[in-house]
Amino acid sequence: MDAPTVSMDVRRVASGTAVVDIVGEVTGSCESVLMSAYDEVSSGDTHRVVLNFSGLEYMNSGGIGMLVTLLVRTNRQHQQLAAFGLSQHYRQIFELTRLDEAISIFDDEASALAGATAR
Amino acid sequence: MTTQRPDLPTDDAGSAPVAPLLPAVSPRRDADNWAANVQRLTVEKRDGVRGTNVSGRRLTGPIQGFGKMWQKTYVTPLGANVTPEHAISEWRAHFADFWPKGNRFAGGLAGLNPGDVALIDMSLAPGAPRLSTGVMVLYADEQSFTFMTPQGHMFAGWITFSAERTTAGITELQAQVLLRANDPIYELALIFGGHRKENAFWAHTLTAVARYLGVADPVVVKTIVCVDKKRQWRHWTNVWHNAAIRSVFQSMARTVTAPVRRLRARPRG
Repeated sequence: MDAPTVSMDVRRVASGTAVVDIVGEVTGSCESVLMSAYDEVSSGDTHRVVLNFSGLEYMNSGGIGMLVTLLVRTNRQHQQLAAFGLSQHYRQIFELTRLDEAISIFDDEASALAGATAR
Repeated sequence: MTTQRPDLPTDDAGSAPVAPLLPAVSPRRDADNWAANVQRLTVEKRDGVRGTNVSGRRLTGPIQGFGKMWQKTYVTPLGANVTPEHAISEWRAHFADFWPKGNRFAGGLAGLNPGDVALIDMSLAPGAPRLSTGVMVLYADEQSFTFMTPQGHMFAGWITFSAERTTAGITELQAQVLLRANDPIYELALIFGGHRKENAFWAHTLTAVARYLGVADPVVVKTIVCVDKKRQWRHWTNVWHNAAIRSVFQSMARTVTAPVRRLRARPRG
């Protein structure tokens, strides 16, 4: 099996909010990378996780499924999951797969963080 | 930064490890691999299937389903002589031929391409009316393709068929479902025999594909993980679209209206 070609950096940008910067290809094989990033995010008082897809190069159906399993974990921890930086193409995929009904989508980081503080 | 990749990530809350959903694929652009965005499905009539309970329905993923979320993986080795691309190409081209007898699958004229809607008549029990539903091809590339289910289908989720080379140089064929039962009735059906029937269904299918590709005695290994034990009770109203119930009524209606249809079909004059 190929090694995942993705990196995920975690930034704490505000009280209770963390951003995961995703750069590369999101497929099922990078689930462990995302979950490790999520474990890093979850250490502490994080109630909102924001995924930054600005560096997304490629995503297949395995990547979408992986996001669903991440969503299950955030729901279990009573955390919100949001995203920004999606291209029009990937926004349509989120709509098609109806992921957008569970993951709040924003245009940019500022609006995503504003959305975080609005709740 | 996190870049390590253990073979099996572990879930929290004591749940079982969750396997990756798909094997990794070569870097490439994906715009042509995904179906175009649709709000509701449209289908044309096809021979051999009833074709009901699909047109006008919305797609449903695990987020919209009712029951516990399951990830089921069925894998069979094909050996070193079959490439993943060849295996997937053949599976896509002859998909209906590999299904267990009594079930019908009618893909589009052009095959199974992203956005195509396939119609399905499922046999639930001997003598019982067939369950009419369908799937849409959500994603397809050289090494995998994925179906997404519509409202009324037994499952809300995705089914991904893929093939990959292992580090040992063996090609493995895989079917993986990520799903919830769509409504409480289907959830009950899963508990009382549905899971067993589904496992047998995909084991039969993978065995048939492997035999077609030259494997003499295929062995299918299954891995089942409950990803989410919670049921989503707010989605119990999905039962309104239940294709099994609707198929029963549609079968009754066809029986009642059969004489009228025969009269109309009779040549006049």
